[in-house]
Amino acid sequence: MLEAEGIYVMREVASQFERPVLMFSGGKDSIVMVHLARKAFYPAPIPFPLLHVDTGHNFPEALAFRDNLVQDINAELIVRLVQDSIDSGRVKEETGPNASRNSLQIVTLLDALAEFKFDAALGGARRDEEKARAKERFFSHRDRFGQWDPKNQRPELWSLYNGRKGVGEHFRVFPISNWTELDIWQYIAQAGIDIPSVYFSHTREVVDRDGVLLARSDYIELMNDESYEERVIRFRTVGDMTCTGAVESNAQTIDDIIEEVSTARVTERGGRADDQRSEAAMEDRKRRGYF
Amino acid sequence: MDLLRFSTAGSVDDGKSTLIGRLLYDSKSIFEDQYEAIKRSSRLHGGDGEVNLALLTDGLRAEREQGITIDVAYRYFATPRRKFIIADTPGHEQYTRNMVTGASTAELAVVLIDARNGVLTQSRRHGFIASLLQIPHVIVAINKMDLVDYSQARFDELVREYSEFVHRLDVENVVFIPISALKGDNVVSKSEAMAWYDGPTLLHHLETVKVGADRNVIDFRFPVQYVLRPNQDFRGFAGEVASGTIRVGDDVTVLPSRKTSRVKSIVAFDEDTEQAGPGDAIAVTIEDEIDISRGDMLVRSRNIPTVTSALDADICWMSEDELRPNKLYMLTHTTHTVQAFVSKIIYRTDVDTLHRQSADTFGLNDIGRVEIVTSEPVFVDPYRINRHTGCFILIDPDTNTTVGAGMIRGVAKNVPAVGEDTRKDMKSPHVVWEGLNISREEREARNEHGAAVLWFTGLSGSGKTTIARDLERRLFDAGCQTMLLDGDYVRHGLSGDLGFSPEDRAENIRRVGEVTRLFFEQGGIVLCTFISPYEKDRAFVRSLIPDGRFVEVHVDCDPAVCEERDPKGLYAKVKAGTITNFTGFTAPYEPPTEPEVTIRSDEISVDESVERLLRVLRERQIVT
Repeated sequence: MLEAEGIYVMREVASQFERPVLMFSGGKDSIVMVHLARKAFYPAPIPFPLLHVDTGHNFPEALAFRDNLVQDINAELIVRLVQDSIDSGRVKEETGPNASRNSLQIVTLLDALAEFKFDAALGGARRDEEKARAKERFFSHRDRFGQWDPKNQRPELWSLYNGRKGVGEHFRVFPISNWTELDIWQYIAQAGIDIPSVYFSHTREVVDRDGVLLARSDYIELMNDESYEERVIRFRTVGDMTCTGAVESNAQTIDDIIEEVSTARVTERGGRADDQRSEAAMEDRKRRGYF
Repeated sequence: MDLLRFSTAGSVDDGKSTLIGRLLYDSKSIFEDQYEAIKRSSRLHGGDGEVNLALLTDGLRAEREQGITIDVAYRYFATPRRKFIIADTPGHEQYTRNMVTGASTAELAVVLIDARNGVLTQSRRHGFIASLLQIPHVIVAINKMDLVDYSQARFDELVREYSEFVHRLDVENVVFIPISALKGDNVVSKSEAMAWYDGPTLLHHLETVKVGADRNVIDFRFPVQYVLRPNQDFRGFAGEVASGTIRVGDDVTVLPSRKTSRVKSIVAFDEDTEQAGPGDAIAVTIEDEIDISRGDMLVRSRNIPTVTSALDADICWMSEDELRPNKLYMLTHTTHTVQAFVSKIIYRTDVDTLHRQSADTFGLNDIGRVEIVTSEPVFVDPYRINRHTGCFILIDPDTNTTVGAGMIRGVAKNVPAVGEDTRKDMKSPHVVWEGLNISREEREARNEHGAAVLWFTGLSGSGKTTIARDLERRLFDAGCQTMLLDGDYVRHGLSGDLGFSPEDRAENIRRVGEVTRLFFEQGGIVLCTFISPYEKDRAFVRSLIPDGRFVEVHVDCDPAVCEERDPKGLYAKVKAGTITNFTGFTAPYEPPTEPEVTIRSDEISVDESVERLLRVLRERQIVT
């Protein structure tokens, strides 16, 4: 039922828009999205490219996985680097120990949409992830500046999606809006979808910062009394290494993960340092054009 | 695992958000960090130290400041038995639009009533919308029972009051549950304070109610969404099965071309399937080369939907910009988008009183019945029968926003608008309407009762005449001025020249309607018993009589029972073939969509029926 809904929305996007693109991060949600897109258009190839906005702070495992997948399914991949936006002076890098490029992605993303004249960007966001997302539409209208206006959203009834727009405007479309984290894992298990190794338990050097376990990388600056230590962990989300927290876990298979997720007492975004900055952190970023 | 989508709505202080918070919390669907976050907020936003569960659902910052919810928010939780999606819609009055949005995909509605305040506008409105959007199940949760001392008497009183209201709606399955969202009574676990209540808890009912009740498994409808053309040898038509089932080898007709072919394969990523049903996302190939594109529909050759460019529909207006009759909008129905305009507004429904008002336009949150003309035919079913092929949205091409949501009744029947002066339509040359010498009001004052028309419609043998005769006797004996007009009676004389074709039936009802109006203006209670199978004809008579004085009584009865009764031996003659054009057999019967009263004459006695009608007349203050 959720799968059919996702496929339906993908097909609507291919029908209603001239230049759609699928946002690909290498995370499990976007991997499920690619799988749904393949099913939606089988036996034809996916009729739109994948776009990865690369913060330059990705897990090497996730990047390798991305390149393999794209090759396997013969899809077109576009990569745009946040580093390029920084070098060209479009954005300024944050400094300090909690510096993250997460919010810098917005500019790189909007520039990429403009560069290729994409009029619909398919994203793997889910409504259960965060409070502000609970009100997102499947077809989310963005004005010429890529902004979301939560008070002026189009009503969305039945499965009739209105993708009409003015010049320069675009849509963000979320085919797996109604999925929960558990639905994603159950689907990955049932459909036999491959995912990057960082989702499974492994030993890694991490630093415990305010309860969030961050992986050792060149992009993280230790504060005074902090130090790296080895722990047995896995990641529940795979994003920018500077703000993606790990959880201590022994889950080695998808079934272990499902077991863990269905008894987990902390939401997956609870491990994300970017959301904890303030109560309305996500809403603020979304208004400005974040996914 | 099953999935149940339900909607919630309630007034600001009904405790809706608290209820949802309670469901999430007690079913252990709240995570520690979420709980910590609302605990932090509870302190931040004031409050008496208790964790405010409502904060779980009141998402946006602006709302938290105002203490209200402003849009549809979707919530997810699961129990070992079932998954749930809650469409949480805001409570306060002007947001009918959001309630309709949330209801459009819901299979169940939770209507909240504050036990202290009773049945308010908002709870009635939600019930009406559940009925309009054809949500199959309704739970009426009577909340804050802790504040009325868990009183059974209070609960019973509210059940009575709301039942009376629901009776006038088109809702079948209504369950009342006394709860306290704040304290947790009867939400997830049984209330110890309300031992007198032996029904299910709210969650138990949510977990066990039948899902898929709104699914139509009979009528195969496959709107083509996207054409797959990977190479010259393959042409697949992708889409979601809106209703019904299809198998490889079945005959199909393509709309609008009406070309026919056969299903060659049902293609799927993993492996091809032999059969597909409602909700399946599939791609089909067919045997013949037929030009098919997005917006076309594949159906079974012997079960074709209505193909029309004139619609009779209920719509909800969702825009600040008023509906402009005759302005061109885009109408999206399934995967098909056409141009359309509203050719007529039949009435606006006051969602609080259910009264029908005449209207020239609809503003934001208005609901009513209209007729719509489309630039090309659309392939539709009545919304009551098929939610997927019976719904549409209207888009304003100037702003690109969705401005209206529609539920199709059928083909436009040119029903007169409420308040429209139909007298003008039919008059002899050179006559002038002067008004009656003595007004109806004067006559009513002398009669000491109001004038009214009771229009009994139903199949032959359903009991119309029997009930009407008893009722007339009761009224007459009570001193009322009455008149009974019966089908057989007027067919001798007044309509003796007419047969039983649709045109003749219409003319018969037109004459009867005019006669009825004369008796009505004379101050009488007029009882009319006519099969009157066509909604259009009944609507005509309704249009002659002032609002509130016309009572349509649908005498509903199992056709098999009618046939068994066969008081005039007509069914026997039909079987023998000596009667043609017989309603229910060889001529259609269109049941009333919104009768004032429905009497199941195969379930209740004549006496009970008469008592019920007397009650209706008293409620309307026609008699005392």
